[in-house]
Amino acid sequence: MEKWSRFNVASVVLGFGFLYLPIVLLVIFSFNESKLVTVWAGFSTKWYSQLWHNQGLLDAAWVTIRVGLLSATCATVLGTLAAVALVRYSRFRGRVLFSGMVYAPLVMPEVITGLSLLLLFVAIGLDRGFWTITLAHITFTMCFVAVVVQSRLLSFDQSIEEAALDLGATPVRTFFAITLPVIAPAVFSGWVLAFTLSLDDLVISSFTTGPGATTLPMKIYSQVRLGVTPEINAICTILIGIVALGVVVASIVTKRREVHRERDERAAIAAIG
Amino acid sequence: MAKLASALVSRLVIIVPYAWLLFFFLIPFFIVFRISLSQTAVAMPPYTPVFDLAGGLAGILEKAREFSVDNYVWLTDDALYFNAYVSSLVIAAISTLLTLLIGFPIAYGMAKAPRSIRPTLLMLVILPFWTSFLIRVYAWIAILKPEGLLNQFLTTIGIIDQPLIILNTNSAIYIGIVYSYLPFMVLPIYSALEKMDNSLIEAAQDLGCTPTSAFWRVTFPLSLPGVVAGCLLVFIPAVGEFVIPDLLGGSETLMIGKTLWSEFNANRDWPVSSAVAIILLMILVIPIVYFQNVQAKADSEGK
Amino acid sequence: MMKSLGSIRRSFAPWADPASKPFISVKNVTKKFGDFTAVDDLSLNIYTREFFALLGASGCGKSTLLRMLAGFEQPTSGEIILDGQNLAGIPPYRRPVNMMFQSYALFPHMTVENNIAFGLKQDGMPKPEIAERVAQMLKLVKLEKFAQRRPHQLSGGQRQRVALARSIAKRPKVLLLDEPLGALDKKLREETQFELMDLQQELGLTFVIVTHDQEEAMTMADRIAVMSHGKVVQVATPAEIYEAPNSRFVADFIGDVNLFDGTVIGVEGGSLRIETTSGIQLRMASPEKPASGAKAAVAIRPEKIRISRQPPDHAPVNTAEGEIWDIGYLGDMTVFHVRLKDGKVVKASSLNAVRAVEDPLGYDQQIWISFGEDAGVVLKD
Repeated sequence: MEKWSRFNVASVVLGFGFLYLPIVLLVIFSFNESKLVTVWAGFSTKWYSQLWHNQGLLDAAWVTIRVGLLSATCATVLGTLAAVALVRYSRFRGRVLFSGMVYAPLVMPEVITGLSLLLLFVAIGLDRGFWTITLAHITFTMCFVAVVVQSRLLSFDQSIEEAALDLGATPVRTFFAITLPVIAPAVFSGWVLAFTLSLDDLVISSFTTGPGATTLPMKIYSQVRLGVTPEINAICTILIGIVALGVVVASIVTKRREVHRERDERAAIAAIG
Repeated sequence: MAKLASALVSRLVIIVPYAWLLFFFLIPFFIVFRISLSQTAVAMPPYTPVFDLAGGLAGILEKAREFSVDNYVWLTDDALYFNAYVSSLVIAAISTLLTLLIGFPIAYGMAKAPRSIRPTLLMLVILPFWTSFLIRVYAWIAILKPEGLLNQFLTTIGIIDQPLIILNTNSAIYIGIVYSYLPFMVLPIYSALEKMDNSLIEAAQDLGCTPTSAFWRVTFPLSLPGVVAGCLLVFIPAVGEFVIPDLLGGSETLMIGKTLWSEFNANRDWPVSSAVAIILLMILVIPIVYFQNVQAKADSEGK
Repeated sequence: MMKSLGSIRRSFAPWADPASKPFISVKNVTKKFGDFTAVDDLSLNIYTREFFALLGASGCGKSTLLRMLAGFEQPTSGEIILDGQNLAGIPPYRRPVNMMFQSYALFPHMTVENNIAFGLKQDGMPKPEIAERVAQMLKLVKLEKFAQRRPHQLSGGQRQRVALARSIAKRPKVLLLDEPLGALDKKLREETQFELMDLQQELGLTFVIVTHDQEEAMTMADRIAVMSHGKVVQVATPAEIYEAPNSRFVADFIGDVNLFDGTVIGVEGGSLRIETTSGIQLRMASPEKPASGAKAAVAIRPEKIRISRQPPDHAPVNTAEGEIWDIGYLGDMTVFHVRLKDGKVVKASSLNAVRAVEDPLGYDQQIWISFGEDAGVVLKD
């Protein structure tokens, strides 16, 4: 029964084909000589070199990266605090509302979040631009961080915290010396998630932006509306390449860490035996 | 003293994120609500405020007389909005069902894959999620166009001689939503199936179930929490989806996210778009609260 | 007046009767997983109404054999006959056997009642009959009050009973039990052992149980198959396994034993004379008479070794001098570790028949161990 039946293999293979085929085609056609994206006319990298002369695009990319780095970092701090509050403090006034506010943004349609944040910024008289986009991104990405960190905290053996407290560490010291190092991988993946969500966001940025702050997705979107062009394929390929590189590096790092840990454990066992 | 500091810190752990979410998530909804009750004006910002704190209590009472449900009346008068809500719900429901039908076999296949390759499969499902949503939707335009890759392929192998018109129809929206949200369906179902003890299936077979009836009487019911979570994760955002209907749908496609966007950006009618958002929120409040309950239950089980 | 269980059991020995036909016949069954041979050319017979135990350390192939009986694994070669029917190719859901799982495998989304009714519904039994059978099963395992509970609302012992009720609800010809008591604590386990035995007698079913707990197997089973590396080493009643192990492995695996290695030096009447490697003279009753010079080992259980302060009358045969090395007081008995002159440590145990012994044995005391001619078993390695 534990068998991987032909039906199982087929559904996994077809499912993954469905997930990856469009992306693969997009990458392939970014190297197309012809301006017609759907007819192959030979290999060329000319669309990539054209990108370098598109100042508007480069500016947008720079804005996007700055927003991403800043918002992801703030969101990680806030999201981690929120996760600790949810997991470690099971009773406080307004906890139901709090957990509701953490989970709701995960599924909230972006148009609603975007509109409501814009109206807030207008109401408090904040000039719209780089900072409003960043604040908006912190707000919706911190909830994703909170969920990621929370799931790690839930599987965390709380007795090691208790051991630290028992040995005389204050709760604050315990958090920084014990809890944080253990949940660090989850905090890091929370940061990466927040960063990619920020890079990716179109709708919320469009609502909360102001003059002079155009992000890359907004730029891409305005061009996509005009039709498919090999230049957009090239931008997309670069973005996919960056993500793929990041994932590969991350998996190598984790793999190496695992290998190290296994080796250390084996050495420890050998030392005892 | 140290004790006091500790107590303060543990307060702060709660207060800082709490205050942030109150200010940037909850309060904005009240502002949206307030503006949805105000009059449209040709100005910047393009509405007449309902409350003006400078006027004090008298001012608020004065303004309260200006409360108007005109925007809501207008929404109910214009069939366009009603149709947009209904068709958003219908499109989201159909897409959710399709995502479930496609996602379940994938999750099931992954859960039954050899243990050694499961982490790889899991990573492969999550990976597209890291690439831009916009890019993934965009990729389908080139495939679905009348002269696009799908039609070229189908013509070449001789299945069709007339190109299929898919782009700018609801079918394209279904494809876009299924494609974009598939990982959200697969992951919760996979984690529910993967947790399941294989001896339950053996027990069912031992008690006389064929593999098929064991699936329907044991495997599927036990995967239901995952199925419910997956469906909500797809359905709720899909109702308010903007990018997919905008890029893949046609001009006659009505979806409320798109309506809200154009009401806001093209017509610059903030009060009406606020009213649209409030009604959308009211429609989604039940599934969102349900989703939170499912999530909170999963957390308490995790403990 | 009902006949007591003991008297039924004493007269139950179909395996000794050449005319009786086995109910389950495992014939030359081999099961390989890749390069690993889990079950190796194994044959055994199990009789109707027998309580049969497969005993062995983890990885010895006992669970694989059980899973082949249930139909979850197919033998690589060989065949299994149940009640005259070859089971090859018959899927688990068409076999007249049911299994009680080690993890219990209770369906978490169903109540106790629905768990028990599961197999009956699957067979399409009419509803009133299902209700009646479920009620009967609940009564049998004393869980009438818990019919509407979910598995996670039950204690470990209660879950075990639900699993049992579910597996016998269909009245299978054979009940397979995979470590059925492994998850219970010691006291509950001992109680449940006797309940299972009563139940088996009452229902007249054939039980095949897999266990790594030798006490459990000895208590419950009519016969035990001791397994090692995919093979059956010995199949016999608990008493035979304990008192007449057929190999070093079985002697060592079941209970405590002292093994004396030595050489046969002659035959005296019905007994063998053996000299151990350290020079101890042994005279042991043995049906087999190996030639002089053959290697042999003598296995003697600790409770069959006496300790005395003076050399026994039969010295120098079946005795050795030593000192008390360790004393373990267990309440009902005391275990002494005696260190012989050559350094070998021998275990001897004595029942604590009275509450206070005058002048008890103490550490470092010089003593003699001794045993009778029929205390040990001669093993040919």
